[in-house]
Amino acid sequence: MSIDTQLFKGKMILLAPIDHEKDPQVESHWTHDLTLMRALSRQPAIPLSIAQMKKRYEAIEKEVDESKRLFYFTIRGKDDNRLLGFVRIEGIEWTHGTCSLKLAIGDPVERRKGYGSEALELIMHFAFSELNLYRLSAVVGEDNPAGLRFFIRHGFVEEVRRRKSILRDGQAWDLIHLGLLRDEWLAMNGETRHE
Amino acid sequence: MNDLLRGEMVHLTADNPDVMAVQLFRWNQDTEWFRFLDTDPPRLFSEKKVKEFQEKELEKESSNELFFHIHTLEDDSLIGFVGLFDLFKHHGDSLVAIALGERDYWGKGYGTDAMKIMLRYAFYELNLRKVGLIVFEYNSRAIRSYEKIGFIPEGRIRGAILREGRRWDWLFMGLLREEWMGNQASRIGV
Repeated sequence: MSIDTQLFKGKMILLAPIDHEKDPQVESHWTHDLTLMRALSRQPAIPLSIAQMKKRYEAIEKEVDESKRLFYFTIRGKDDNRLLGFVRIEGIEWTHGTCSLKLAIGDPVERRKGYGSEALELIMHFAFSELNLYRLSAVVGEDNPAGLRFFIRHGFVEEVRRRKSILRDGQAWDLIHLGLLRDEWLAMNGETRHE
Repeated sequence: MNDLLRGEMVHLTADNPDVMAVQLFRWNQDTEWFRFLDTDPPRLFSEKKVKEFQEKELEKESSNELFFHIHTLEDDSLIGFVGLFDLFKHHGDSLVAIALGERDYWGKGYGTDAMKIMLRYAFYELNLRKVGLIVFEYNSRAIRSYEKIGFIPEGRIRGAILREGRRWDWLFMGLLREEWMGNQASRIGV
């Protein structure tokens, strides 16, 4: 990789800004899939209206601008610019070079096509080679095996297993913290350090 | 069981913002204490500013946080705080945090006693199923006391802290309600 690398361009997808006109309707639809909402957070899963989504996007951009601890990108099809999902680097602690990562492909029909993998590869490169972070964290419930496989396939390792910290469908599940260090990522990519 | 907030050495209270502010203003200048507590760099805020922060807490109607103040039974000194954060009532899960700002009370059982009251409150009043905690690798005194109370190691976030030129882990520990109840039973010889 060199300095002329386009950080937000993949082969099939792009990382791109929010489209305040078009995106709220699409994402409002996704939020009615509570499986997705459950995978993204331990807050009670609730669907969001288009108006609520609009407000949420405003809040996200405000936070990106003011907190300096959040990066938020939509994931879009390279050919038609359609909204596929989002990825966010949140809770950045600049002093320690740490953060956590969330990624979603909204429509189940668009999953298992490599869009998420491409977005993750772009965001790992962005996090380690542009933000110069030391590590990435991801938190995934035991009730989301596809999410766990996704991060592990890309080099994340299980670091913490918070026993029975989720209660869903009448059953207790572990909450799993995964981590990827910059050196591990560099080794996977055969890149050498220039520092 | 009617004195839920009272232990053998300490009791837990809610105090007005100015009471805690006076103490926090002093404690915040102790960087060893602060580095046990927080990953943020310590800042030296004025007493006025600390008071403002405490008053702001009043306005927060937070449902995912619940903190109490720790007073000694012997002379009612305010020596620290303990509480729940990242509290998810619908999952029955929370993290607990404890800090003794008064150094003279370290290593003498006051913190352990306060933690025991907090756990009893979490499991028997809030009916939580699980209480976890995060402790930094360099805080060995705290790690030992949590182990003694019955917390079980659940893993480590590698190198999440960079201080004094080296990387340190965050340790997660956890205690399930049934484990805690089992410990209570064995202590009274049931």
